Formats: sequence, structure tokens, C-alpha cells
Amino acid sequence: MSETLLEVTGLAKHYPVRKGLIVAKQVGTVRAVDGVSFSVSRGETLALVGESGCGKSTTARLVLRLIEPSAGSIRFEGVDVTRITGAAQRAMRRRMQIVFQDPYASLNPRLTVAETIAEPMLVHGIGDAAARRKRVEELLSLVGLRAFHAQRYPHEFSGGQRQRIGIARALSVQPDLVVCDEPVSALDVSIQAQVVNLLKDLQRRFGLAYLFIAHDLAVVKHVADRVAVMYLGQIVEIGDKRSLFASPRHPYTRALLSAIPHPDPERRGQVKPLGGDLPSPLNPPPGCRFHTRCPFAQERCRREVPELRRLGPGHDAACHFAETLPPAGLDFTGGLSENAAKRLALYAKARAA
Amino acid sequence: MSEDLLRIEGLRTVFRTHGGEVTAVDGVDLSVPRGRTLGIVGESGCGKSVLSLSIMRLVAHPGRIAAGRVLLEGRDLVGLSSAEMRQVRGSQVAMIFQEPMTSLNPVHTVGFQITEAMRAHDPRASATELRERAIEALNRVRIPSPDRRFDEYPHQLSGGMRQRVMIAMALACRPKLLIADEPTTALDVTVQAQILDLLRDLQAETGMSIILITHDLGVVAEMADEVAVMYAGRVVERAEAGAIFGDPMHPYTLGLLGSVPRLDEERETLLAIDGSVPPPFALPKGCRFHPRCPFAAAECKSDQPPLREVVSGHSAACLRAPVEAFAA
Ligand SMILES: Nc1ncnc2c1ncn2[C@@H]1O[C@H](COP(=O)(O)OP(=O)(O)OP(=O)(O)O)[C@@H](O)[C@H]1O
Ligand SMILES: Nc1ncnc2c1ncn2[C@@H]1O[C@H](COP(=O)(O)OP(=O)(O)O)[C@@H](O)[C@H]1O
Ligand code: SF4
Ligand code: SF4
Ligand SMILES: [Mg+2]
Ligand SMILES: [Mg+2]
Repeated sequence: MSETLLEVTGLAKHYPVRKGLIVAKQVGTVRAVDGVSFSVSRGETLALVGESGCGKSTTARLVLRLIEPSAGSIRFEGVDVTRITGAAQRAMRRRMQIVFQDPYASLNPRLTVAETIAEPMLVHGIGDAAARRKRVEELLSLVGLRAFHAQRYPHEFSGGQRQRIGIARALSVQPDLVVCDEPVSALDVSIQAQVVNLLKDLQRRFGLAYLFIAHDLAVVKHVADRVAVMYLGQIVEIGDKRSLFASPRHPYTRALLSAIPHPDPERRGQVKPLGGDLPSPLNPPPGCRFHTRCPFAQERCRREVPELRRLGPGHDAACHFAETLPPAGLDFTGGLSENAAKRLALYAKARAA
Repeated sequence: MSEDLLRIEGLRTVFRTHGGEVTAVDGVDLSVPRGRTLGIVGESGCGKSVLSLSIMRLVAHPGRIAAGRVLLEGRDLVGLSSAEMRQVRGSQVAMIFQEPMTSLNPVHTVGFQITEAMRAHDPRASATELRERAIEALNRVRIPSPDRRFDEYPHQLSGGMRQRVMIAMALACRPKLLIADEPTTALDVTVQAQILDLLRDLQAETGMSIILITHDLGVVAEMADEVAVMYAGRVVERAEAGAIFGDPMHPYTLGLLGSVPRLDEERETLLAIDGSVPPPFALPKGCRFHPRCPFAAAECKSDQPPLREVVSGHSAACLRAPVEAFAA
């Protein structure tokens, strides 16, 4: 069952930083992505999480070959996609599609919804006009839009509806892998829930694999099978979702988890802010890149780079002291009050009726 | 019982549009006790920002306050002249916004902007005195090496740092009320946690009241003493924070709670709210939530439910709350 679809090894993207107008001299390197490895199986969701600027979108663009890697390989069904060209590359492109974060900026305002959704089919020469029209109709209903929406323009839609249009467009060419770059981050929680539910439903129906980029670990807990946590261009922890949430092994993962405020005033004050700012990827700290903010940092952390290593079944972390850290002390129990749970159950029942 | 710093009564704010006048805030009653935090939640487009701009008297043309009172320590801000209002802003009520970059001027240093804000309220202070006070203000919002940051430009700062500068500017004149409109929505959770922590400390230090506008129920639970849930320009539920989460009454509040992905449980599907917020020019008749409400009955389509006290200290604008009384 767990057939590997995408395999990324040692992926890096470095941007030279130049100064001077006439004779531009390279004065440094932004290590946007710096040696990232992971795989995604068919039908699976791998979430990529981390703070703004840690390299999530750059990783997404590399995987889709929208930018050239500085190092590393990307294999899709075993074929190295950095080495193929022409028709083979086009065929590969069809099988990997993307849904963007910003539903306002990512759709062409001059195309109707029908044209937007049909465009990838046109690019890949799929079907004739009539077949494409029929497919657009199917897709609209699949993502919860109506047939009459086809002739409208993006500005006539709400954020959640535009995200549905983006999803329909991505699915139009029947991809195997959809890269979702923060598909729900810009949406209200109620609309976010609609879109998350839709993505999960589509995955079940079509066996889609998702590379799901997010900065909200609570959302990730609902959509992912496995989770990779990124910090300054590198993966610091990766693992099966249950194992990672139950026993996060890297101090940064713990910091991300304890920064999330719970929707429960009885647990107020448990949020623990992580000190300091994200260092610049232009000059990442030596040794463990997290040592400038890590509450457990020792002398060794400033000198020696911790490698990503196996700590449990399918669970790796890059921390020298992963085995000896004190218990994470994260308490996710509690949940809804009795009255809230009772009424939510009635809400669910009434909504389903 | 603590005394109220701010009382809003029957506030109505309208905008003139091509299709006629629309009402973005429609008959809102709220109060904020001294030294406490009122959280206002609701989806985007529910009128939270228009409400806060109305309190500040910053609603721009073609909008205006059409009715109601905004009483700050008993004094109605709605009737004040613009000169009087300028005096109130900054010295008594201050505001911070979601996107700090749009409210900071990119061509001036951080220090210049803070000292300008201070000078407006204290024209006689000397430049060195203002500089000292500005650096102290940056220090209070825990900006490291504030004397160096004083001379930097907004683009040289991270998003969290910019929001701290905004807070420093807002608090420079020690206002009694801080209105924070989605202050952490654009920030990472780690930075959000730092900013919320900072706001809480500053409140303890100064005793100011806070109106915290957010669509994140986690943030509300973390910060608010009292909560108002807004939908389509109206307050649909009001109670202490504990009661909003422990005993949610309005179906809209239930829908919001059900939509939040939680770390403490995992459901196969989240309980979303179907549809979206109606714009002010297309408000449904009767209960404005009825097209999205799973409990809607015939009477909901004709009668606008008033905000009524369902149990002591807890009001909801729903004909059928609490919903179990009507569930078959
Ligand atoms: N073309 C470029 N030239 C130089 N630096 C770049 C370029 N593109 C990205 N970077 C830098 O690489 C780093 C990673 O950027 P990326 O957009 O991948 O982050 P991200 O994790 O997606 O962040 P966010 O959560 O804000 O979307 C950032 O420091 C960014 O400034
Ligand atoms: N200048 C304006 N002209 C017309 N309508 C406006 C204007 N500003 C806001 N509105 C409308 O008022 C409603 C409430 O907006 P807002 O207070 O910004 O919502 P929130 O802050 O809750 O997201 C929205 O439907 C919005 O479109
Ligand atoms: S290696 Fe050291 S600095 Fe890095 S996360 Fe582990 S304890 Fe912290
Ligand atoms: S009044 Fe009716 S439609 Fe409105 S929230 Fe209550 S049950 Fe729903
Ligand atoms: Mg990004
Ligand atoms: Mg707003």
C-alpha cells in the first residue's frame, strides 16, 4: 500500500546575495532550503510546518520544478525529475499540481471560472472543447460550486469559494500529488473547516497525495498522516503524526506546540512563548541552528551540527539531546465542556439532516 | 463588580453605496470594565473593524455613525468635535491594527515615528527628552537593544518586532483603553504568543482596558475576560469567557467552536458552518443567521431575535437558545 510517489533527497536552494551596482560582488548566500529529504507515499498527506521564512514555499516550488535546485534530487515514481525534459517533463508536470495560499492573488482576474479551471487541461492538451466543458461542470459540483458559477469572474467570489476554484483547477488534470501551499491560512476558521473537509473528502475519493504546507499545527493534526517540521531551511523533526504529537522530540517542535492557544479559558496561561527572533537564513547560526533560541542548548550545540536521526518507528529528530530532554509537559486533554459537547452534537445532527 | 470604562449604546454605523445606504454595525450595545479585556469574535465581514473604527471616530466617508452613543467614562465621544477627538485618541484610547506595515511609515525611522506621536501630546518636550522616552517605550515592549532600533526603518524589523513598535506607539501616552484589531492574525504562532504575553503584562502594569478583536477562538480563550460574538453587524451572544466556551448558546457560536481544529481531539470531519457571511446590502430577513443555521425554524425567517438574557449574565440573540429545548 505505501508505495512511494515522491522522494526528495538533499534538496537545497541557495540564493546569492550581491552588493554593488556596477560590479556586483557576491557578499553572502541565503540558504532558503538547505539539505531537505522526505518522501510522500501515494494517497498520503505529508505536512510541512514551520515559521514564516523557514523555506516551506521554496521547497514547494522546487518539488514542482518552478525553480531549479542548487543541489539534491527529486524523484517521482522513481524517475529523477530534475533530469527529464520535453514531453516527459510535461507529462510529469500534469501529475503534480498546486493550490496556493492566497485565493485573491492566485487566480487570473480576466479569466472566467470555467476558463480558469479548464486552463491546465488546455495546456496539457486534454480532451476537446465539449469534453472540457463537461469536466468543468463535474469539477464545479465536486468542490461544492454551482454550474452557473462557471461564467463568473474570480472577484465575484469569497475567499473560501476562490479556494474551491483553485482546487478544482488543480484537480482538472487528475494529478497524483497536490502541493497545497497554506491553502487555508488566509481563511476564516469556519471557511477553513469547509475547505479542510473538502480536501480530505477529495483525497479519499481519488487517492490523492498531498504535500500540505501550513504553519498551524492544529490544522495539521486534522489533515496529515506524517509531519515534517522545518527550521531555517532544514527539517528538524519528521514523523508519523500520532508519534510526533504524542512525543515531540525536538525542542523546536515542542515550542511550536506550546505556542498554540487552546479554545478553552480553563487552560489559560499555558501558552509558553519561545524567546527571540528567527535568525536570518543569510547567516544561520553555527552548530545547531536552533541553539540561539533553545532552552536546552549546551556548549556542544554551538559547535556541532545535530544530524537527523532515528528515534522511534518512522520518527526522526535532529537534536543532540533528544533522548535526555525532560518530558514535553504538553497537555492536550480537557476538550469541550459537557454543555458545549452536547450542543455541538445537536448541531452536527441538525446539519446532517 | 467593576465599573465600566466604556459603554456603547445602540451604535449604528452606515455606509452610502451605489445601491443606497447599508448598515455595517446595527444596534450594538457593549461595555468594557476597567482593567479588563473584552474579546470580540466573528468571521470577517461581521463588522468588527467598523465597530472599532466607530469607537475611535475614524470611520471615513462614505461611512458615518448614524445612531447611538459611545460613552468613555460617561462622556459621549460621538458628539465630540474633531479637535476634541484628536485629544482623546492617543491619550485615552489607542488602536493597533492587523498589518503593522500598513500603519508604519516606511520612509521614517521607528524612533521618528514614536517621538512624533509623543510630540503631538506634549509639544513642549525637548528632542533628547522625547528620544529617551521613546527608547523607554521600546524597552517596555521588550525590543532588544532599543537604542539601536530607534534609528532603524520599519522594513529592517520582523513582523513581530513591527507589531511591538505599534504597541509602543499606541501605549506611549498611557491610554485607558487599547483597541487591538486582529493584532496577531498576520503573525506566526510563536510570535503571537510573545505579543499576547506582552499585552497581558502591559495590562497588569498599567490597568488599561483592552478590546481584542480576533477570529481565533484560541486567542479569545487565552486573553478575554468577557466575550461578544458578532454576526452580520450585530452582537449575537455576550457572556464571560468561561460561559461562552462552557455554555455556548447561539448556533453561530456553536458553529465557530465546531470549526476550530483542536489539539485535544481529532474528528474525521470538522463541524463547519455552511455558506458565508451575508454582505450588509443583502441581509436576510428575520434572524440574519437563518440561511446558515441548522436549527432554523419558520419563525426564524420572519422575526429578528433580540439579544436576551438566557441565563444570568449570559445573553443570546436566538429564538431557540438553548437549542436542546427544541431538538426533537
Ligand atoms: N528569490 C529569492 N531570493 C532571495 N531569497 C529568497 C528568495 N526566495 C525566498 N528567499 C528567502 O528564502 C527563505 C525561505 O522563503 P520561503 O518563501 O520558502 O519561506 P516560507 O517558509 O514559505 O515562509 P511563509 O510562511 O512566510 O510563506 C526566506 O528567508 C526568503 O526571504
Ligand atoms: N467603506 C465601506 N463602504 C461600504 N461597506 C463597507 C465599508 N467598510 C466596510 N464595509 C462593510 O462593512 C462590513 C463589516 O466590515 P468590517 O468591520 O471590516 O468586518 P470585520 O472587521 O468583522 O471583518 C463588511 O461587509 C464590509 O464590506
Ligand atoms: S541540539 Fe542543542 S540547541 Fe539544538 S535543539 Fe537540541 S538541545 Fe537545542
Ligand atoms: S433564531 Fe433561529 S435561525 Fe437564528 S440562530 Fe436561533 S435557531 Fe438559528
Ligand atoms: Mg510560504
Ligand atoms: Mg477586520
